[in-house]
Amino acid sequence: MKRHLLSVDDLSREDIERILGRAESFAEVSGREIKKVPTLRGRTVINLFYEASTRTSSSFELAAKRLSADLVSIKAQGSSVDKGESLKDNIQTLSAYDPAAVVFRSPHAGAAGLVARWTPASVINAGDGKHEHPTQALLDLYTLRRRAGRLEGLNVWIVGDLLHSRVARSNILAFGRMGCRVTVCGPPTLIPRGIESLGCEVRITLDDLAQADVVYALRMQHERMTGSFVPSLREYAAQYQIDGRRLGAGQLLMHPGPVNRGVELSAEVIDSPQALITDQVESGVVVRMAVLYELLAGGSGPPRRADDPSRPASEPQPA
Amino acid sequence: MSITLDSLLDRADLASAGLLIRRAHLLDPRAGLDGPGDLLVRGGAVAEIGAPGALEAPAHAEVVEAEGLHAFPAFVDPHVHLRTPGREDEEDIETGTRSAAAGGYGAILAMPNTDPVVDSASVLGSLRERARAEARIPTGFTAAVTMGQRGEQLTEMAELAQAGAAGFTDDGLPLRSASIMRQALAYQRLARRCIALHEEDPALSGDGVMHEGEVSALLGVAGIPSVSESTMVARDIELAAYEDGFIHVQHVSARQTVEVLERARAAGLRVTAEATPHHLLLTHECVRGLDTHYKMNPPLRSEDDRQALIDGLRSGVLGCIATDHAPHAREEKEEPFEVAPMGVTGLESAFAAVHTDLVVPGVLTLGLVVERMTAGGEPFGLAIPTLAKGAPASVCLVDLEAEWEVGESGYESRSSNCAFAGRRLVGRVRMTIAAGAVAFRERSFAIGAVA
Repeated sequence: MKRHLLSVDDLSREDIERILGRAESFAEVSGREIKKVPTLRGRTVINLFYEASTRTSSSFELAAKRLSADLVSIKAQGSSVDKGESLKDNIQTLSAYDPAAVVFRSPHAGAAGLVARWTPASVINAGDGKHEHPTQALLDLYTLRRRAGRLEGLNVWIVGDLLHSRVARSNILAFGRMGCRVTVCGPPTLIPRGIESLGCEVRITLDDLAQADVVYALRMQHERMTGSFVPSLREYAAQYQIDGRRLGAGQLLMHPGPVNRGVELSAEVIDSPQALITDQVESGVVVRMAVLYELLAGGSGPPRRADDPSRPASEPQPA
Repeated sequence: MSITLDSLLDRADLASAGLLIRRAHLLDPRAGLDGPGDLLVRGGAVAEIGAPGALEAPAHAEVVEAEGLHAFPAFVDPHVHLRTPGREDEEDIETGTRSAAAGGYGAILAMPNTDPVVDSASVLGSLRERARAEARIPTGFTAAVTMGQRGEQLTEMAELAQAGAAGFTDDGLPLRSASIMRQALAYQRLARRCIALHEEDPALSGDGVMHEGEVSALLGVAGIPSVSESTMVARDIELAAYEDGFIHVQHVSARQTVEVLERARAAGLRVTAEATPHHLLLTHECVRGLDTHYKMNPPLRSEDDRQALIDGLRSGVLGCIATDHAPHAREEKEEPFEVAPMGVTGLESAFAAVHTDLVVPGVLTLGLVVERMTAGGEPFGLAIPTLAKGAPASVCLVDLEAEWEVGESGYESRSSNCAFAGRRLVGRVRMTIAAGAVAFRERSFAIGAVA
């Protein structure tokens, strides 16, 4: 595996398999009374969020803590960023604390890649603008594989605002890499030109949704309404909402959250047993533990056995 | 235009060159020159052209042994940002013109999007005065079309023209309002200077920072569609035809725009256009790594667009190559792609880059590239430099075999945001003579030395 996780493109299929396998073994630890393992004891993880986040930041925090790392969480608001410090200076300042990893969220595409050039730490992209959100894609793969038992050959439809979604981009790549067939669907105004080059089919109606094994609905952001991308949320819901009528009995439903009830999803499907939405949130912690582990302690060796999490404590830590 | 406007260009008082360039390959397609010869510069003019080794050096004249080098008319760049006044930390008249001279340029036009904007005769006057003290090569200053480049009210174009504006442009920004564009074209009858246009429709460009296409889709970065440029060019050609004005379209980037320009040319309209080396040589594929050295406006477009630009350059629809040299401070370019400012430097690499990627592989002839590199002043009524006897001496000496890496020994420019940085190019400017004076000499290229 590479030293940083900036894009799903950085991961081979084997890398992904290894991370998912590692997450499985951490899930076992999560079931215990004491959920901590000593893997990253004495090492520092910096969570640096230049953009608001609840799920991603809290699950990275929990993941680092459960691996016994020393954790520093910084939000741009109230930090030196507010005082006009440049990103480069900020990163070099924080690097003076010798972090093993920097988890970075930014409103700008490619920002995590820049950070990786300026720090000796491993950089994990926790969302860069509308570009990518690779750990979200990994937790989605993990959640889906647990429920469906496999990924290979699954037919996945990603529905909604593809233009403004980093989740969509990472997931198209990730599902594709694991052998799923990916179709994207949404209003033509919210499908970027040339998206098929990512390796997906493009549809503008839900007419053939029955083909899907998995329906992955994206969040429809209210603020996008100002750009007149869709005439109204009502019209959007009428054309693209996943509801009990459209979601077939055998289909699974996913959503990265937070959900706009009544817009992209109806209440009935959110609460149905077909929905994996809370499983996705739950998976966030173990998958992010697995990512931290693989980047900082895992090396690039072959996948280890499922009982591993108890062993790393006795393993020598890389300098 | 029969009378040239070269008197509008300013330069520091440099000694007139007296030198003999011996055994260079003289190439000036317009003058019918293409072969080895001697060229004698005396009193700042081309005094004599002779067979190789035939001319005698007058007393006190420098002899330049130029065997193996090419002598072209010095290039003319109609599109340079000197960042003065306001951002002298990025470039000033001295560094910008030295950079131009190092690239083989014998004359440039500076853009008015400075701070303050060049929208009054007093700002223009102070710039011209400074150029007379600092500029290494003749430098013309364009003035804004609208006050503060806000697109609302015309500048005092007649007075600005009298004060020596070489042309008018709101470069960096489009003239959003068709009504203002029309007024400017009507008023052009009085101001009698070319109006140069940065063409894009802000409503279509939106928040875009790169070409809209598969790379922007992959990166999740907002795109600028090709039609943002071409629809505005179409609008302004219609308006120019209606008002019988003449316009110059800056930095053409899209195939659609080339097609619009072809139709205008076929209809006999007075519209000229330029292309930059980066648009001719690079595409949006370069942006995959979100390197801000590939961020500029208009953006690098697709391979298909690039091919259309090359065809346009060949046919003459794109009559000249312009650099759109746009220096930026290092810290400003060291920001995420979406945040960093648009623009790249290019004066020092322009010829070598075009030579390497288009002439060496045989896509364009050397003669055609020299024509397009020297024609930048024509839309503005400036004379095209020539090696012909009697003309003011504007010559660049180029070693077409020399390989070098862009930026290997720094830049003459104060900024280093060059789109070709780190690339190995073939073709190195050794010496530039601009309007009769030596403006640049490569350090190792000594007086009297055998090249």
